[in-house]
Amino acid sequence: MQTSVIGRIALFGLPALVVLLAPTPSGSAEPSERIIRIEASSFAYKPALIAVAQGDHITIELVATDVVHGLHVDGYDLSVTADPGQTQRLTFVADRQGTFRIRCSVPCGPLHPFMIGKLKVGTNWLLWRAVALALLAAMAGVVGFRQ
Amino acid sequence: MTRRDLTHFRLIKTVLHRRGPQFALTALALGGFVLAIVSGLAGTPVGSRNFGIVAVWIAWWAVLMLVAVPLFGRGWCSICPIPAPGDWLQRGALLQPATRGLGLGRRWPRATRNMWLQNAAFAVLALFSVVILTQPIVTAVVLLALLFLAVGASLIFERRAFCRYLCPVGGFVGLYSQLAPVELRVKDRAVCAADRQKSCYTGNAAGCGCPWLVYPGALEKNTYCGLCLECLRTCPHDNIAVNWRSVGADLLQPRGRRLDEAFKALIMLGSAIVYAAVMLGPWGTLKSAAYNIGSGTWLIYALGFLAFVFVVLPGAFLFTVHAGRKLARSAVPLRRAFVHFAYALIPLGLAAWVAFTLSFVFANLSYVWPVLSDPMGWGWDLVGTAGDSWTPYLTQVVPALQTGVLLGGLLWSGVTVRRIALEGRSQHPVFPLTLPVMAFCLVITLGLLGLLVG
Ligand code: SF4
Ligand SMILES: [Cu+2]
Repeated sequence: MQTSVIGRIALFGLPALVVLLAPTPSGSAEPSERIIRIEASSFAYKPALIAVAQGDHITIELVATDVVHGLHVDGYDLSVTADPGQTQRLTFVADRQGTFRIRCSVPCGPLHPFMIGKLKVGTNWLLWRAVALALLAAMAGVVGFRQ
Repeated sequence: MTRRDLTHFRLIKTVLHRRGPQFALTALALGGFVLAIVSGLAGTPVGSRNFGIVAVWIAWWAVLMLVAVPLFGRGWCSICPIPAPGDWLQRGALLQPATRGLGLGRRWPRATRNMWLQNAAFAVLALFSVVILTQPIVTAVVLLALLFLAVGASLIFERRAFCRYLCPVGGFVGLYSQLAPVELRVKDRAVCAADRQKSCYTGNAAGCGCPWLVYPGALEKNTYCGLCLECLRTCPHDNIAVNWRSVGADLLQPRGRRLDEAFKALIMLGSAIVYAAVMLGPWGTLKSAAYNIGSGTWLIYALGFLAFVFVVLPGAFLFTVHAGRKLARSAVPLRRAFVHFAYALIPLGLAAWVAFTLSFVFANLSYVWPVLSDPMGWGWDLVGTAGDSWTPYLTQVVPALQTGVLLGGLLWSGVTVRRIALEGRSQHPVFPLTLPVMAFCLVITLGLLGLLVG
């Protein structure tokens, strides 16, 4: 029984460790210049999902169509604000991989705290690692850790 | 399973035994509660600048879901301001354990001595939640309504009927309190059995009979124990313990599993999924549908929400439980298996709420500082933080935290599925029985991961 406990820990623990510690491959393609126009209106961004490659040079053109809106990029902690009808630019290098929430940074009305979009840079390795770990966790549940 | 009685520590025992500390915290909470109502009614209509919204839906919610429930179970109910005024009227006293107060002292109707009203109350609030969360005046009205209901219930019915049978918060706090590492139990059941008086239930000069209508001598789960600590004060045999225990002990207690609680687990899990999609997702149309109460799109949203949490999710779960029974050729009745396995969803459900809360709270926590300085949004600056600007906190680590919490919840649920299946080991092989239920938990987790960190 002792050996079987160790066996189970090895069975699930080792793959889990591998998933956790595996180095993140970084995007290999040549970085490109990306200009992305985002329209902000109460209470959504259009487009709400933006995908870029890691290393891309990004310029976000924020256009507020009704009232003042902002755009804050989680993880990069950058923001920009645009008055109605105005276009404001935010330029940065998308050097960090993952999926990051973008949220309005200026109270613009009741649903302001829920005005959210997503910026996807390269591959969301956090999610894929999580999926692998979830599979392991589910298998561990079915097979059991102990005896 | 080891338990450690915290009342062995002198200081802890004194603090818990005395009424003063608990009263002080309740009074403080009541002060905040009243201020939330006042600022909701009279303060600025801008939610993120209004004390009511920020204090209740950011500060209180964060403390409740990230600290109080996971660590102390019903600890919040111990100092909750909502039932306090009614309680005081009912007892005719603030601090003393007096017994003669106001009220008819009726017994709660038998047909609703369960969690169904709380299930319904939570679902109704959830239908309006996007508005409640963002409109100060609506938050104020909801808080006032809860207060009136609680006072009314105290005056008509005996004890804390509101908490036990109506409070929409109390239902899920009770459900998740089963996971907490803290419990109130009797030290020795034989002492209870030998005691004719049962002062803990009937009350005596030292305190009230259990306001939660629970007989401590038979307590096996945290679900309905409000940690009001009256029994600690009334028991003449010093037979009440507040234990530090292994987490989730109540889930492994097969006795007393019920359909209303099983549904609570499913409704809470379903609501967390919907909230994650509506409030934290990128879909503007979904948000406006949830916000524009009374419109056609809201109606569709409302029906969709109700169908999802009451029919689709429970239906899918029922199907997986059924499939497991078939695979394992188990003779356990379907309803029984459904109810029992639903308790395994409790850890995943709490994990889903914690993960949702992490994102919502840390993104918005910085609204707390200006509001402390200018609670009404009238341009005051009491402590000099009125001008602090909004900054989402920990944006680089929150997704990883959410992931960890969800995976932890899945693992915990998985272990619980297996333990529950092993309870009836003689009747069926465990592996095929649990396989579909585990698949259900996995799919839910993947869905939540997609919504929250995808
Ligand atoms: S049940 Fe509700 S009203 Fe009663 S103490 Fe708990 S949270 Fe407060
Ligand atoms: Cu905005």
